[in-house]
Amino acid sequence: MANIETVNEVNAADAQAANVPLVDIKDVSIAFGGIKAVDHASVDLFPGEVVALLGHNGAGKSTLIKILSGAYPRDSGQIFVRGEEAEISNPRDAKAYGIETIYQTLALADNVDAAANLFLGRELMTRWGTLDDTAMEAEARKVMGRLNPNFKRFKEPVSSLSGGQRQSVAIARAILFNARILIMDEPTAALGPQETAQVGELIKQLKKDGIGIFLISHDIEDVFDLCDRLAVMKNGQMVGSAKVGDVTKDEVLGMIILGKCPPGATPGPGALDE
Amino acid sequence: MSTENTSAQSAAEKKGSIARFIEGTELDTRMLGMVAALFVIWIGFDIASGIIRPGAGLLGGTFLTPRNLWTLLVQTSPIAVMTTGMVLVIVMRHIDLSVGSMLSLVAVAGAVLQVFILAPAIGVGHPIIWIAAIIACLALGALVGAFNGFLTAYGKIPAFIVTLGGLIAYSGVAFLLARGVTVAPLDKSFKLIGGNIPASWLGPFWSWVLAIVACLLIVFAVVNGRAQRKRFHFPLRPVWAEASLIAIGSVAVIGTTWVINSYPWPFGLIRDYALENNLTIPAGVENRAGDAICMAGDKIVRCTEGLIFYAGYAVPVLIVLAVGIVMSFIASRTRFGRYVYSIGGNPEAAELAGINTKLMTVKVFALMGLLVGVSAIILSARLDAATNALGQLSELYVIAAAVIGGTSLAGGVGTIYGALLGALMMQSIQSGMGLLNLEAAFQNIVVGVVLVIAVFLDQLYRRRIK
Ligand SMILES: Nc1ncnc2c1ncn2[C@@H]1O[C@H](COP(=O)(O)OP(=O)(O)OP(=O)(O)O)[C@@H](O)[C@H]1O
Ligand SMILES: [Mg+2]
Repeated sequence: MANIETVNEVNAADAQAANVPLVDIKDVSIAFGGIKAVDHASVDLFPGEVVALLGHNGAGKSTLIKILSGAYPRDSGQIFVRGEEAEISNPRDAKAYGIETIYQTLALADNVDAAANLFLGRELMTRWGTLDDTAMEAEARKVMGRLNPNFKRFKEPVSSLSGGQRQSVAIARAILFNARILIMDEPTAALGPQETAQVGELIKQLKKDGIGIFLISHDIEDVFDLCDRLAVMKNGQMVGSAKVGDVTKDEVLGMIILGKCPPGATPGPGALDE
Repeated sequence: MSTENTSAQSAAEKKGSIARFIEGTELDTRMLGMVAALFVIWIGFDIASGIIRPGAGLLGGTFLTPRNLWTLLVQTSPIAVMTTGMVLVIVMRHIDLSVGSMLSLVAVAGAVLQVFILAPAIGVGHPIIWIAAIIACLALGALVGAFNGFLTAYGKIPAFIVTLGGLIAYSGVAFLLARGVTVAPLDKSFKLIGGNIPASWLGPFWSWVLAIVACLLIVFAVVNGRAQRKRFHFPLRPVWAEASLIAIGSVAVIGTTWVINSYPWPFGLIRDYALENNLTIPAGVENRAGDAICMAGDKIVRCTEGLIFYAGYAVPVLIVLAVGIVMSFIASRTRFGRYVYSIGGNPEAAELAGINTKLMTVKVFALMGLLVGVSAIILSARLDAATNALGQLSELYVIAAAVIGGTSLAGGVGTIYGALLGALMMQSIQSGMGLLNLEAAFQNIVVGVVLVIAVFLDQLYRRRIK
């Protein structure tokens, strides 16, 4: 009980500092053919907060964040960024709002090198309007050095890199451009323990900088370790959301598998009726 | 430190000097293979043609002569220009089957403009005519290309179908425009672009100047690249490798220029030029094998010593050089090029990175069309005429040249210089078989087989380096 009180106090302080959510996704839906991939889902994110999106395979997590990142046009619903309704109809729009995404599929151009991928769409140019490959490689070496110090293969196309190295490139790309809102769709799926730990450190660092992060993960341990809140999806609908301290790991598993919303969580439209 | 060095060195020594050379210079092994294959083809044709009819070639045939090599370069030009555009189209996972028909359409339109519209209106030979014709050809090409790209990108029709339709339809338009007849003769200045009259040849002096400038540029590029890498503390190529690169580049430039400058004007052209300009023709002894002209009594005859002119680079070859440089620059140094390759590597990723892939598709097809316009100008100027048959089937040679040059039909991979080499190889095979007096039907068989074998070898090569 005392525990809950302190959490509430912290929450009150947080709300004072930033009572406008960084991102507020309201009642968003999208259907592919007959499949309601996302069905009236709502979730919000505050500065310096990490919100986990959980759910079984095919629950609609990736689709939901792809709506936020501009990859899919939504059928209905609204997105607010810092309190104002955001027009996001393609990835360029999302980037203009400071939304950076690490896609589950990584979305790398396999035939060009790491630096070209890091700067894809935002190349550094020389005075004469030509690509400044040397400067881009230099930046790439810097940021990759932070994420994956063993990485040396800057000249090769990313198709020849290992799964983890490719994931590092995708992460580096997302953090290179001062994101305000970061979406990470299973960012550590292919990483070794050391690199995973590094990403954990990175998330904590970004959090301190006031960046809001959506983290999609299947690893409950990681979620409890890194996240402030979690939201669970099932069959495209929100089962509910909760502060990490208010629910147990078993209760979260119950939300994911059965759609059962525990007392510590706020139920959503997808919660099982009792 | 020193032990590490020596162990690295001994490891390198084990690899053999050729492997070490390639590694140090970072030369594209695939390109080296193509150059080697090209030389083998040339040598083979020279020997084979020598058996039929001994000539002045390096190996006793008629292939490796300045005359044949000079002609080879000029003949390669229209295909070479279009191939550089096709590389980008294929890299972006599209195809353009309509370039041949587009070429006829543009050439006929340009000729109709000169012969039937402008010449009667403002007078034959007016300087506006050739300028307007060039602009019209380039603009029409770009426009038709953009139309292809628009249907592909925004209509979501596969490029294969769009341009297959174009292949059929554009040649129909060309036929209607020309009403099936040959439109000729073209404007005098326009003809210069075709490169088969002395006024469109650079001559030895300016060809050498060009060669020297090219060599200096090679030196500059190597030195500048090294300075850049040094500034950012990146690993550097060994100095001997940089020096070899300069040496190889310069030897290639100087060698080509030397061959080009050894091609004497044909007998009739020297005679006409001498008579027109009242040049004194020295007296001499007739020698039917000579390339110069002289007076034997009051007759102008061929002889070894006498009045002679050498051609140097012809305008179409200069155009290919310029197009090759510009297109390589676009492909590797500009944002546009980077996007083309990235889209080819992963269209979805490019879209997610915020690239407007649809607009890029339109632009790439428009660029292809522009280059078709350039080729249409060269080809019609060279023939001094345009018909709706001009350029027919050239799409096949253009695509074949790009693919032989290492452009992958799966997208994402291909180089401009590779495609230019591919075009040269295709044309070498064709010209060579012409010298051997092989039937056209047999030539087609060989070209088809070469294409398939080239792609097969390419697959093998790619699997090995993976
Ligand atoms: N482009 C698409 N076209 C058609 N159906 C799609 C598309 N993208 C997703 N879906 C469908 O939408 C549903 C949700 O998919 P989504 O990728 O969002 O799941 P997810 O929660 O990310 O799953 P996972 O944990 O496996 O990554 C699935 O049923 C999927 O088949
Ligand atoms: Mg997913």
